[in-house]
Amino acid sequence: MQKIKLGYYPGCSLEGSSREYNESVQAIAEKLGIELVSIPDWNCCGATAAHNLNKELSLSLPARNLALAEEAGLKELVVPCAACYSRFTTTQHELMHDETMHQKVNGIIGKEYKGNLRILNVIQFIEEFIIDKLDDNIKFEFNKKVACYYGCLLVRPNKILNFDRTEDPQTMDVVMKKLGADSIDWAYKTECCGAGFSVSFTEAVGRLSGKIVEDADHRGAEALIVACPMCHSNLDMRRPEIDKYNGKKLNIPVLYITQAIGLALGIDRNILGLQRHFVTVKLNDFKPFAKKIEVENLQITEEI
Amino acid sequence: MSESHNHLVDNSLSGKIKKETGVSVARCYQCGKCSAGCPVSVDMDYPPSLLIRKLQTGLPEHEEQVLRSKSIWFCLSCEMCIARCPMEVDIPPMMDYLRHESIRLKKVNPASKNIISFHKAFLDSIEQTGKLYEMGLIVDYKTRSFNLMQDVMLAPSMFAKGKLSILPEVIKNRRNMKQIFKNTLKNKQK
Repeated sequence: MQKIKLGYYPGCSLEGSSREYNESVQAIAEKLGIELVSIPDWNCCGATAAHNLNKELSLSLPARNLALAEEAGLKELVVPCAACYSRFTTTQHELMHDETMHQKVNGIIGKEYKGNLRILNVIQFIEEFIIDKLDDNIKFEFNKKVACYYGCLLVRPNKILNFDRTEDPQTMDVVMKKLGADSIDWAYKTECCGAGFSVSFTEAVGRLSGKIVEDADHRGAEALIVACPMCHSNLDMRRPEIDKYNGKKLNIPVLYITQAIGLALGIDRNILGLQRHFVTVKLNDFKPFAKKIEVENLQITEEI
Repeated sequence: MSESHNHLVDNSLSGKIKKETGVSVARCYQCGKCSAGCPVSVDMDYPPSLLIRKLQTGLPEHEEQVLRSKSIWFCLSCEMCIARCPMEVDIPPMMDYLRHESIRLKKVNPASKNIISFHKAFLDSIEQTGKLYEMGLIVDYKTRSFNLMQDVMLAPSMFAKGKLSILPEVIKNRRNMKQIFKNTLKNKQK
């Protein structure tokens, strides 16, 4: 089998406080014969800070990465961090729809981005390159009740991202069902966790993340499944603030969707970085995978 | 009549918003869905729909209130407002523009001090190394905001779990990074 090669932008969080996200993405890719090629000499996307303070900067930082990826001959770019993904897609959209700004940004970064990259978030990456390989490679069924949490930047703004529904998205649920999980309906799928205000406005993060964790727990979910390092940090590391807001201690763990896939593939828990979480991931007793799981609407993004 | 009206719009803050971001606040009919869905409207001095109403009047005192508001800095850019707006008034890019204007005109609300300190510390880190240096960011933010004791317990646990690097990751082409900042953020501040 020929190895699939895809461009990869880990982003800063995945090299630091959320390295287990990177570890689990890399682990499942390697297991399924996919090579992820990092953009040479990539830089930070600028995140919330850049677009809050300066428009040209907020477009130039992602644009440098996009131009470098294009120079390296990459066609697809997998961006697991939902915030980086949002900045990249927004930049691509702005540059392709505003020629004056496009020229200006080319001047600032000293490179030209032509706009030929296909930017994929982690779910699109899974849908396109992972899901078809699951049937032949799953070792264990993820036989748990899960709450898939999408947050903001994976699905909004829909006009630019054109990915899944803004209010009741389904793509992560489909993937989790495919692994054998029972993904529940719940109220906080796309509510904001407080995102980049984790340090500078912690009270708000305690309240917003508190509601999310409480609802998932209340409806009997055994795990929260996420696809964004900021969502993960807030829901996992901010548990003292969350518990304080809720007035009770909640032990529901938070897993990256790639860690859930990794567990189903039988990859070692430490390779997936589960030991790095603040809320202990106790989940075990996975059923050995017996027969192929049929899931309706496997390609839900096509319908929207 | 229509000419004088146009004249008024062009010089108003809402006129500048329209010109710079394409967002028309005139489309808003005050249904309040943005304020109802906004996760931080309770923390704001004016919820999003009221902010827009103030921009619609075009009165100088209202525009002043908008630029000096907490609201523009407490906005999380979560994009819930635009997802639910029946008139597709794209509030998030408008908020970005208002923040930039608020800084440019030195009208930043003092209650947003911590948030802005964090943003600045974040960008300084990137300017220096090209990537976010989390340990440096925490120290820099604490010094700027004088919140020295905040999260003192978090960093050692993060370190123990391998979530914090002692040394920064540095990109090769740091000159390119300096250039980008010189041509954007640093350019505006002068």
